[in-house]
Amino acid sequence: MTETLSKQQYLDFYYYMRLTRSLEERLTVLFRQNKVIGGLYRSLGQEATAVGSASALQDGDVISPLIRDMGAMLVKGVKPQELFKQYMAKDGEGTSHGRDLNIHIADMKRGYVGPISQLGDMVPVMAGIALAGKMQGKNIVTMVYLGDGASSTGAFHEGVNFAAVLKLPMVTIIENNGYAFSTPTENQCLVKDFAVKAKGYGIPGEIVDGNDVVAVYHATRRAVDRARAGEGASIIEAKTFRMLGHAQHDNQSYVPKELLETWRKKDPISNYQEFLKQNKLADDASLKEMDEKIVAYLEKEADIADAAPFPIPESSLEDVYFETQSVTQNK
Amino acid sequence: MAVVTYLEAIRQALSEEMQRDENVFLLGEDIGAYGGAFKVTEGLYEKFGSQRVIDTPISESAIVGAACGAAMMGMRPVAEIQFIDFISCAFDQLTNYAAKSRYRQGIGIPIVVRGPCGGGGRGGPFHSQNVESFFLNTPGLKMVEPATAYDAKGLLKAAIRDEDPVLYFEHKFLYRRIKEDIPDDDYIVPIGKAKVRRQGRDISVITYGAMVHVALEAAEKLQTEGIDLEVVDLRSLLPYDKEAILNSVVKTSKVILLHEATRIGGYAGELAAVIAEEVFDCLDGPIVRVTAPDTPVPYSPPLEDFFLPNAEKLMKAARKLAAY
Repeated sequence: MTETLSKQQYLDFYYYMRLTRSLEERLTVLFRQNKVIGGLYRSLGQEATAVGSASALQDGDVISPLIRDMGAMLVKGVKPQELFKQYMAKDGEGTSHGRDLNIHIADMKRGYVGPISQLGDMVPVMAGIALAGKMQGKNIVTMVYLGDGASSTGAFHEGVNFAAVLKLPMVTIIENNGYAFSTPTENQCLVKDFAVKAKGYGIPGEIVDGNDVVAVYHATRRAVDRARAGEGASIIEAKTFRMLGHAQHDNQSYVPKELLETWRKKDPISNYQEFLKQNKLADDASLKEMDEKIVAYLEKEADIADAAPFPIPESSLEDVYFETQSVTQNK
Repeated sequence: MAVVTYLEAIRQALSEEMQRDENVFLLGEDIGAYGGAFKVTEGLYEKFGSQRVIDTPISESAIVGAACGAAMMGMRPVAEIQFIDFISCAFDQLTNYAAKSRYRQGIGIPIVVRGPCGGGGRGGPFHSQNVESFFLNTPGLKMVEPATAYDAKGLLKAAIRDEDPVLYFEHKFLYRRIKEDIPDDDYIVPIGKAKVRRQGRDISVITYGAMVHVALEAAEKLQTEGIDLEVVDLRSLLPYDKEAILNSVVKTSKVILLHEATRIGGYAGELAAVIAEEVFDCLDGPIVRVTAPDTPVPYSPPLEDFFLPNAEKLMKAARKLAAY
C-alpha cells in the first residue's frame, strides 16, 4: 500500500532538491573565488536520493549523511548559512567552529550527526543510536548513508550485521553512483546490485531508482515503517549517478562520455519538473518563482557566511575534553 | 569493608554503577549468560537482564562504534573487549570517532572501553599486549590502569561517570592474584591522580599496572642493600599526574620509568621528555627506562619470562643508577 502524498509534500521534494543544487552552485562560485577552503564535493544528479530518503523520516530520527547528502541535511533542518560557513572554515553557531570540514557537523536535536572520513565507520555508530533509542523507548529510526565504495569496508559489514542481529531500527542507504572516486562499481564488488548484500544479513534489501525522488521516498518509507514497527534493519540501494568528479579537482576523464549522456537524460530535477507539470502540481511560472526565491535566499545566506568571522586561533586548543570546554567561542 | 579480588572489584563497580544509573549498560562478546571470558561480568546478566548486558557478534568495531552512538543519546555504555589486544579492530572508532567527536562536532562520547591487558599468562602475541602507546598520541582519549582492587573499583566508577571516552586497562595477571579490604561505601578514584605507593629517598620508580607490584617487590629487596626506592603508581596514563611525577623526581633526583609494554615509542619515553624538560637541573643521573624489549610478546614460558620486566631487572637498573 503506497501512501498518498499531499501537494505540499510533492512541492517540498522539489524545493529541497532545487535548494541543494542551487546551494552547491553557489558554493562552486565561492570555490572559484577561493573562498571555499579545501575540496568541494558536488551531489549533482544525486539530489533525489538524499531528499527523497530523508523526507521519509520524522522528528527525532537521526541521519548520518555523507558528502553528497547535503539535501538530506537540508530536509533535516540545517541552514544554508551553516553549510556556507562550514565550507568557508568560518565560525558561528551550528558550525564545527572551523575544526572540521564541509558537512561534518552535528545537531542531535535536528537529527544529523557529523560523519568521519573513514568510510563505513558511521554504520556502527548509527546502530548504536538506534540501540539507545530502543532502550529508551523512543521509537526512533536511524538512517546511515554511504556509497557503493563504502560497502566494501569492514565497518559496513560489522555495523549492518550488528543492527540486523540486534533487530535495530536502522536503514542503510547505499547510494550507488557508479564510482567511488575513480573506481567503478565492478572493481568494488562482483554483485551487480548492492541491495542483494542484505540477504547475507537476513534483512530486507530493496533497489530503487535513485533519480526518482518519489520512488526513493516510498522505498525509504517502507523501510522506515518496518524499522519503527520493530521489524529491524533494512538496506536500500539507490541507483544513481555522479555527474561530476569526486571533487572539484577531478574532471572524471575516466567516466565514459556515453554513460554521462545516458544519465544526463535522467536528471532528477528536470524530470521531476515534468512530473509536477504533468500532474498539475506546478507550472513553468510557479517553478520559476520558486527557483528565484531559492537563489535570492541563498545569496543572503552566503553573504552572512562571507561576513562571519574566522575562529580565534587559540580556540583550537579547546573542547578536546569536557574539562577543556570553550571559553573563547561564542556558542 | 570486605576482602575482594581485583576482578571482583571491577564487577562490583559495574554492578553498582548499573544500579545507580539506568543509563549504564554493558556490551561485548560472551559477557551475558557466560559471564565474560574471565568471568568479570558473571551474575550481571541474571541481575540486569539481556537488555543491559548485551551479547554482541564478534565485531569490535561495531561494539565500540555502537557504544559511541548510544553515548550520543545519553547512555553510558561500558564496552568489554575480550582481550584488549583486540582493540586494534576498533582502532578507528576510538581514535577517529570517539576521541574527536567533542572537538569536531561538539558531542562528548562518555564511553568506557575496558579489557584485560598484559602478560604473564602465556597468552602469546595476541592475548598479552599492553596497548597504551597505540593510543597515547590521540588527544581526546583518556586511559587508566589500576594496580590495586581499591583503585580498580574507584577508577572504573570514575571512568563510567566521566564525560569523555576512557580506555580502562585491567591487568589480567592481577585479576585473582591480589585482594584487599575495600569500603562498602560508594567511592571514586579521580582520573589523573597518581599515588605514591612507597616513600623512598634514593630513586623514584614511576610505573603503573602490574609493574607496581614488581616495583614494590624490588624496593623491599633493595632495602637491605641500602637503596631506598620511591614507588609512584600513575593509575591514570592520560591525563597523567605531572605534579606527582615531578615532585617525586625533585625529591629523589633519580628516576626509573618502568612499564611492561615495549620500549620504542613506549609511555616511558613521553615521561622522560617531560622530566628532562621540566626538572633537568634536579637530576643526579640519567633517566632510566626498564621495559620489555622491542619484540611481540612471546608464548613459551622461558621466552615470556625473559621478555617481561621483573624485580631482578629493576634491581639491576636501580643499583647502576644508585651508583651515580
